[in-house]
Amino acid sequence: MNELKLKDLYDGFRDPKTIKALKNLVDKEAAKFPGKINVMEVCGGHTHTIMKYGLNQLMPENIDFIHGPGCPVCVMPKERIDHAYILSLQEDVILVTLGDMIKVPGSHGSLQDARSKGADVRFVYSPLDTIKIARENPNKKIIFFAIGFETTTPMTAALLEHVTKNKIENIYFHINHITVPEPMKVLLESNDCQIDAFIGPSHVSVITGSKIYKEFVTKYKKPVVVAGFEPVDVMQSILAIVKQFNENRCELEIEYSRAVSNDGNIAAQNLINKYFTKATHFRWRGLGDIPDSALRLRDEYSNMDAEIIYKNILPNEKIDDHKLCICGDIMRGVAKPNDCKVFGKACKPSSPLGSCMVSSEGACSAYYKYGNLIK
Amino acid sequence: MMTNITLAHGNGGQENNELITKIFYKAFKNEILSKSEDAAVIEDGTLAFSTDSFTVNPIEFPGANIGKLAICGTCNDLAMMGAKPKYLTCSVIIEEGFEVATLKRVVDSMQTELEKNGAIVVSGDTKVVPKGSVDKIFINTTGIGQIEQKGISSNNIQDDDVIIVSNSVGKHGATIFAAREGIDFSTNLKSDCASLWPVIKKLIDEGIQIRALRDATRGGVSAVLNEWAKQSNICVEIEEEKIPVCDEVKGVCELLGFEALSLANEGTFVMAISKEQASKAIELLKSIEISKEASIIGNVTLKHQGKVVLNTAWGTQRFIDLPTGELLPRIC
Repeated sequence: MNELKLKDLYDGFRDPKTIKALKNLVDKEAAKFPGKINVMEVCGGHTHTIMKYGLNQLMPENIDFIHGPGCPVCVMPKERIDHAYILSLQEDVILVTLGDMIKVPGSHGSLQDARSKGADVRFVYSPLDTIKIARENPNKKIIFFAIGFETTTPMTAALLEHVTKNKIENIYFHINHITVPEPMKVLLESNDCQIDAFIGPSHVSVITGSKIYKEFVTKYKKPVVVAGFEPVDVMQSILAIVKQFNENRCELEIEYSRAVSNDGNIAAQNLINKYFTKATHFRWRGLGDIPDSALRLRDEYSNMDAEIIYKNILPNEKIDDHKLCICGDIMRGVAKPNDCKVFGKACKPSSPLGSCMVSSEGACSAYYKYGNLIK
Repeated sequence: MMTNITLAHGNGGQENNELITKIFYKAFKNEILSKSEDAAVIEDGTLAFSTDSFTVNPIEFPGANIGKLAICGTCNDLAMMGAKPKYLTCSVIIEEGFEVATLKRVVDSMQTELEKNGAIVVSGDTKVVPKGSVDKIFINTTGIGQIEQKGISSNNIQDDDVIIVSNSVGKHGATIFAAREGIDFSTNLKSDCASLWPVIKKLIDEGIQIRALRDATRGGVSAVLNEWAKQSNICVEIEEEKIPVCDEVKGVCELLGFEALSLANEGTFVMAISKEQASKAIELLKSIEISKEASIIGNVTLKHQGKVVLNTAWGTQRFIDLPTGELLPRIC
C-alpha cells in the first residue's frame, strides 16, 4: 500500500474543477428557491475558509453567509484574559496556553505584552506538552490556561488524567472551555434573528457527535449540516442546505461523514465528564452572559483550580468592548463587519477593539485580512 | 504606540514596519535610508552597503546553519541592488559555554559561502558574554558591493510588469518551524538558504533589465509584494496556481495554519521586470540549479493600487496582506 501523505488529506478538497462544478449546482438549486437563505457558519474556522478561499464570492444572490460566534479566542471576555495576564506575571508561575491566545489583548495588554514585561508565557501545540514543562521546572507552578470549544476540551481532560494518575503536583488549570449549542440557541431566540440554516463545525462533532444539533432541527426548525473545513466541504454543505429548502425538508445532515457520527467519541466524552461539570455562567465577549455555556473543574479537583487558588488576585468585574463596536450584532447575523464604523480604522488586527477582530478566525479579522473584493 | 518591544516587532510584517518607521527612520532620517531598499545605494550609485544580524534557533538545521545564513543574508541584500558583494565585516557575540567544534563548523560554512560570492571578510569583532545573555551565538555581517546594474528599485515598478519568484516558496521558514517544533516529515524538507549573486550576475550579463528585486526573507513573498505595491503605488495580482510551493511546505502550513507566502526564504527572490523580457528571464532562471523552480506568478495592474490580490483557480479573489503579529499556530 502507498504511504498516505498529508497532501492527500486536502488536495481533492481544494480541486478547482470540483469547486466550479459545485458552484454550478448551487446556482441551479438556488435559482429554484424563491426566497433568500441566510446560512450561519457557527465556527470561526469556517469563516476563515469562506473568506480565505473567497467562497462568499461564489454564492448566488439569494444565499448569504452569516458569521457565527464560534471562535474561542474571539469570544473570551477581557476579564478572563486579564486573569491569564495577571497569573503569568506571578513570580513563580509559567503560564501555558494554545498559540492564538498569546496575541489577544485584555484590559492590561496581551500575553505577548506580559512576556515583554518578564512573564514566562509559553504556547503548546498539545496540552500534554505542559507535562514536559512541569518536569523541567519543578520549582515553578505551571498554569495551563485552557481555552476552546468541545474540540480542545478532551485534550485538557487528557492532561488532567495524566496529572492525577501520576500525582504531578505543579500543574494547575484555569478553565475556559465553552460549548457550541447554547450560544446558537441564544441567537435563535433573539428578536431580530435572521438565521435560516446552520453549517456545524465537523471537529466539534467528531467529539460530541452530530446529536448535539438535534434540537435545532426539531424545536427550532433550522436545517443543520455538519461540515468539514475545506472549500469543497463548505460548497457541498451549502448545496445540501439549498436542496433541503427546495424539497421542503428540515434535517440534520452530516457532510463530513469521513469522521463524524451521530454519537461521537464516547471515550472522550466520558473523560470530559470525569473532570468537568457545567459552569452556571460564562460571559461571552460580544454576546453577554450565557447560562450553562461553559465548563468548570469538578469540586474534587479544586486543589488544581487556579481560579480558586488565586481568587484573591483575580478580578471579576465585567469589562465591555468599545462602545462603537458592533461585534454582538455581527455574531447574531444582523450586521456585517464593514457595517461597523470602526472597522479597519480604529479597529484592526494589530489593535482590535472588538471580539471579532481579535483572532484570525473572527469575522472582522477575516474580512480585514482577505478583503471583500466582490461581495 | 507600543510601550514595550514584543517578538511581533521582529516579524518582518506590520509591527516590524511600525517599529522601524516610528523609532529608527524618525531619528536617522536621511534621503538614502528613506528609500527603504535591501541595501543602501551610496557613492553616486556605484556602491551598495548593507548590514544584518542573525539569531536563529536551532543554529544548525537542514540545508544550512547560522554562519551560511549570515553570509547569504548580507550578500543577497547587496545582490538585490544589482551589486557584486566584495567586502564584509563579521561580528559575533558568543554565549559562555558554546562549543568550539560548532563554532568551527559555523565559520567554515561562512568561508564556503564567501567564496561563492567572490567576497572577503576584511574586519571583525568577537565578544563572549555570560551564559544566558544571548541565545548561543549572534552574528552580524555588514557588506559593501559594486553595483553592476543601476536603477533597481522597489519604487520603479510599472503597470503591466511581470512578477517572478525564483524558487518554490517558504522552505526556510517551514524548515525552522519543523526543526523547532520537532515535526519530522521524514522527507527532504530543507532551507533554501543560498547565495543569489551568481544567479543575478547571469541575469545582468544576459541583458535582463531588472525593475525591482528583493529576497523574500522574514515576512516572505507577501511582505515583499505588499511593500512593492505601496512603494510603487501599483496593484500586484498573483495567480494561486502559479505559485510554486513544495508538498512539505504545504504540509507544515496545513499543520500549523500558516501561509507559504508569509514564510521566510533565504535563497529565493522576487523580481519585477517588463513583460517583454519575462520569458527570457524565466528560461535563464530555470537553467540554474537554485532557481530551477522559477515561475511567473502574476503581473502588475492598477486595479487596487497599494494592494496585493490573489486570484484562485476557481475564480475568486482575495487580498494578501502583510503578515501581522508573531507567527503562531491556529488553535482550530
